[in-house]
Amino acid sequence: MNATAHNQEEAPLPDGLVWPHRHILGIEGWTAAEISAVLDLADRYVEQNRRPDKRSRELSGRTIMNLFFEDSTRTKTSFELAGKRLGADVLSMSVGTSSVKKGETLLDTAMTLNAMKPDFLVVRHAQSGAPKLLADKVNCSVINAGDGTHEHPTQALLDALSIRRRKGKLEGLTVAICGDILHSRVARSNIHLLGTMGANVRVVAPPTLLPSSIDRMGVDVFTDMAHGLKDVDIVMMLRLQSERMSGKFVPSPREYFHFHGLTAERLAAAKPDALVMHPGPMNRGVEIDSEVADDIERSLILDQVEFGVAVRMACLRLAASTQDRATN
Amino acid sequence: MPLTAFTNARLLDPASGRDEVGTLVTEGGKITALGAGIAAPKGAEIVDCAGLCLAPGLVDMRVAVGEPGEENRETILSASRAAAAGGITAFAMLPNTQPVIDDIAGLEFVARRAREAKLVKIFAYGAVTHGAEGKELAEMGLLAEAGAIGFTDGVHAIGDALTMRRALSYAKAFDKVIVQHPEEPTLASGGQMNEGEISTRLGLSGITRAAEIIMLERDLRLVALTGGRYHAAHLSTAEGVELIRQAKHEGLHVTCDVAPPYFALTEVDIGDYRTFAKLSPPLRTDNDRRAIIAGIADGTIDAIASDHAPHDQDSKRVPFAAAAPGVVGLETLLPVALELYHKGHIGLLDLLDRLTLAPATILGLPLGQLRVGGAADLTIFDLDRPWVIDAASFKSKSKNSPFDTRPVAGAVVMTVVDGRIVHRS
Repeated sequence: MNATAHNQEEAPLPDGLVWPHRHILGIEGWTAAEISAVLDLADRYVEQNRRPDKRSRELSGRTIMNLFFEDSTRTKTSFELAGKRLGADVLSMSVGTSSVKKGETLLDTAMTLNAMKPDFLVVRHAQSGAPKLLADKVNCSVINAGDGTHEHPTQALLDALSIRRRKGKLEGLTVAICGDILHSRVARSNIHLLGTMGANVRVVAPPTLLPSSIDRMGVDVFTDMAHGLKDVDIVMMLRLQSERMSGKFVPSPREYFHFHGLTAERLAAAKPDALVMHPGPMNRGVEIDSEVADDIERSLILDQVEFGVAVRMACLRLAASTQDRATN
Repeated sequence: MPLTAFTNARLLDPASGRDEVGTLVTEGGKITALGAGIAAPKGAEIVDCAGLCLAPGLVDMRVAVGEPGEENRETILSASRAAAAGGITAFAMLPNTQPVIDDIAGLEFVARRAREAKLVKIFAYGAVTHGAEGKELAEMGLLAEAGAIGFTDGVHAIGDALTMRRALSYAKAFDKVIVQHPEEPTLASGGQMNEGEISTRLGLSGITRAAEIIMLERDLRLVALTGGRYHAAHLSTAEGVELIRQAKHEGLHVTCDVAPPYFALTEVDIGDYRTFAKLSPPLRTDNDRRAIIAGIADGTIDAIASDHAPHDQDSKRVPFAAAAPGVVGLETLLPVALELYHKGHIGLLDLLDRLTLAPATILGLPLGQLRVGGAADLTIFDLDRPWVIDAASFKSKSKNSPFDTRPVAGAVVMTVVDGRIVHRS
């Protein structure tokens, strides 16, 4: 029995599903059917992850290398767990002790790792397009775990799963993405995903934190919270990094919170059953008030963390199916 | 002295408007006769051009070379070979070497290396400021005496208004041009590509077109104030072209150039982070591209320069934001420029003017024309020959061309400098 047959026996993909992507670099360009396929599969993994025995053998024998050039606790842990729960060998490169600091180029590092025959490289990098650069050169699957201010596809997928499980749908919902849109890969991936799925997407930010021509990406643009949050179903807050709050983009954290922080009072403009999301880590008192963040009726923040593992399992599993087709 | 007759040539000379099939005779590095009725003199070596075009050698007013300091990118010798292969018989080199050419020793070094290479004519700009840092004026007078062809901080803008004002004033005494990289540096800071929808989608910091417009507007005021000679390099925006058009209309001493990527490509060519399409200034929109073509056609844009910027693999096989800007251009200048002719945007003589006489005139060089007594610097090319650009075959040490695999029409067949054949294909 070969590995593929074994995998298929244990957890068949939905009938007729042919996943077209070997790499997962961004949501832009994905179809609604592809996005739904990931979410459907992830729903199954949510159940698997809630069992006492969480491990399947679908990726048994495969090797996943996490290559994080930027610090991240939750995303790296989430990918590690996702790989292990599918039975893969998972290895996380600690960039601080690696040859990267000795001047080796990104590409050399990746090619060196590629020579050890991993099946997946999970890459986070501070520069937009870095995973694409690697994907062009290596023969394993590259999964983008966040690149610069470009995309963070698994974050958008876990956000979508969190919304869909509570609201039962994505289509027709109004979602306000609030905060540092300019520097946010999370915002970009969510704009692509939610727009493709038929949601109405708003962005709400001070003008200095809005990227040029953002309206061309199919969103409605607001610069004040009162209008931006009016009658929305979902409020998605973004993190504002501290170095951007001290005069470069906004004058101060205090002023930012005064106009753009999410308080219970501001949230009252949204629909009564509106839900609050945050990709973490939160700056309490800067972009979000603790009272809102910790309200389990309104906050999806812990759901997002939980479903992140399931969504990453689905991404790995689907990319593996593409690898299998290439091999067969 | 060697005597050569180039027969059956389509003689093309923008200075005189000559476009006729005939013979051009060179002796001792000079043109001694040319025209339809000229017979090859007795004893002359005959080069039968078989109807090919024979134009003044191309004069490229903007070339970066890696020597001294970054010889892995390009040496003066490799740049000379690439220029010869591209039909370029003279080029002006930017001072952004290591060290920066801001003193006489730097100029003398370039002159010596050019003599040793002995292929094409190489002129060097002196830096406007020490180290091209934009602060204190370099010894412009001494540099001019030692042969600096003009002054520029090259790839860096002169951002400080007072420094620019003084440079324009001071260079007047030596009748030298100040060449500016027209980009407001604080506004462009950190930018990787044209600011707009595509930069937002790719998550790359944008450079607003206003960076170019603001710098040109400021500089044009300073030109009016000082009466200095000003040249804006590699325009990228429609508004920039219009500003120069207006300034010329008002009688200011201003000229400008553009490089082929800006009329052949747009920001869309960056695609999925293609670093070979990363330039400074950045590639802009199709509207800009069209305005630049119109500017070339109506003469607002005086010159077409290669803006040759060699970068090795390590500088380009990195994430987009880390990649060095610039592309090699010596060997693609003529064929990509000829696209403008083949597509009907400009007549052949006018196009050749932008590549020969106009840049020579800006730099004060007696080159770029076919005239008796003038230097026998010639480019012989096949106007229509189709071929596919192959970066791997470039003579340049660097292969960073966004035109690799592009089908083009028009190929250099022979390059002649001072009567010597320096390239033949």
